[in-house]
Amino acid sequence: MDPILQILESNAVASPEVIAEQLKLTPAQVRARIRELEEEKVILGYRALVHDEKAGRNPVRAIIEVRITPERDGGFDRIAARIAKFDEVRSCRLMSGGYDLLVVVEGSDLRTVANFVSQKLATIQGVLSTATHFMLKTYKEQGVLYPEETFDERLKVTP
Amino acid sequence: MSAKTGSPAAKREFIAEHVRRIPRSGIRDFFEIVQSMSDVISLGIGEPDFVTPWHIREAAIYALERGKTGYTSNLGAPALRREIARHVQEHYGVAYDGMTEVLVAVGVSEAIDIALRAVVNPGDEVVYHEPCYVSYSPSIALAHGKAVAVSTRAEDGFTLRAADLERVLTPRTKAVMLNFPTNPTGGTLPRGEQEKIARVCIEHDLLVLTDEIYSELTYSRDHQSIASLPGMRERTIFLHGFSKAFAMTGFRIGYACAPAALTEAMMRIHQYSMLCASIIAQEAALEALRNGQPAMEKMRDEYERRRNFLVSRFNAMGLSCHEPKGAFYVFPSIRTTGLSSREFALKLLEEEKVAVVPGDAFGPGGEGYVRCSYATAMDQLQVAVARIERFLKRLG
Repeated sequence: MDPILQILESNAVASPEVIAEQLKLTPAQVRARIRELEEEKVILGYRALVHDEKAGRNPVRAIIEVRITPERDGGFDRIAARIAKFDEVRSCRLMSGGYDLLVVVEGSDLRTVANFVSQKLATIQGVLSTATHFMLKTYKEQGVLYPEETFDERLKVTP
Repeated sequence: MSAKTGSPAAKREFIAEHVRRIPRSGIRDFFEIVQSMSDVISLGIGEPDFVTPWHIREAAIYALERGKTGYTSNLGAPALRREIARHVQEHYGVAYDGMTEVLVAVGVSEAIDIALRAVVNPGDEVVYHEPCYVSYSPSIALAHGKAVAVSTRAEDGFTLRAADLERVLTPRTKAVMLNFPTNPTGGTLPRGEQEKIARVCIEHDLLVLTDEIYSELTYSRDHQSIASLPGMRERTIFLHGFSKAFAMTGFRIGYACAPAALTEAMMRIHQYSMLCASIIAQEAALEALRNGQPAMEKMRDEYERRRNFLVSRFNAMGLSCHEPKGAFYVFPSIRTTGLSSREFALKLLEEEKVAVVPGDAFGPGGEGYVRCSYATAMDQLQVAVARIERFLKRLG
């Protein structure tokens, strides 16, 4: 993998100057390569990973197992894309196993999410069934532990 | 003697002479000053900033759950010894018999101690290269040997030159200690020089103790053990451990590989002093060897990027700094400041709260340098470098 991606994936705000020094490149080279990665849509975006509770918000999230009927042309793709376009849908993936789509839905409260599922998602033509599981607590998000493990007990000078 | 009456006039010296002669570690004095201060960014730490990868910690917990709380065989658990033999064969190209030629020790520190005690007769000379890890010279002295230093130089990237080694050999020279990549300089041993050193050792019938604790952290990815060269296996004690590559310093676990007679000799000391390494650490080490490669490579890549950053910044601010090829230390020269290593480190600590280790803690050849560890997170390194830059500007 491109080492610039490795750095940006762990710290999206690393400056081109600092990246350059870590990779023996010039800042101009790093900027050009990042622009390329952005244009090629290898880098899809940059965003902060926010701790909801500490940010004072309490969104309701649910995982929904969706079974759908595949279509003659396009299989699952058309219905999946239709579901994915809703703002309430945070992620949507085709799965192997007992159901077809794994959909993560987010809303401000329980009722909003429930309404979305019953009125929007379940009523789409081709959707056979839904099973909704509400999320209760986050322990790890995108590779980051809540709370993060701290290891600050090293002696300050060791041989 | 009047011990019974407690007369102070005839006070008996309880401490053995050879122990009294061992100087207090230069690092310890400095450590105490740093430890008393708060908000210090320390580049003085010789251990990974990463916590041990979870799958390894989990293996240790699982060992406890299964009631693995007893002794193991003196040499170490057979499964671990077999795995070490396989690992050394695969990564270093040297074949050892896991049952008779591998000894699991309480860190490489213990392995060095028992290796020296197993081979040194009183007065035997043991050569080591300097600047070096703080324990080498004292360990030789504690084994009643005579420590003989060979200086390495910045312009050679702190590698050991065979010609310099040959110059200090005498009929009493018994062994040579090598540590590449080197703590504190990050120096490595290029193949050509390594072959010459091997020839010198064979010619003078010397034993080699090679401490390869930092070998995974070789950024050119071309580490070669001297034990793998023709004619060297039979005269080499290969020392390695888990602390640096797998971030397992607190587990205290390492190993020695050597021909059976040497392993047996080390075992005689180990069995009476340590009995065996902790079984929990051994279980964790087994997991590290079996499944730890991806986590190790990730840490190595991160160290490499930090090294590039530090070398580039130090050179830019006028502290000349060769690019270390391994370990996680840079060893910049601070001669241009006109300060001694110790003055530089103390002043930097007082004025900017950045701790670096004075080079002379690693032998007189380290004077004029400081050791900066990049086993510190990138954001901390950035702050530390900015502070050092400010400090240098003020010095003028």
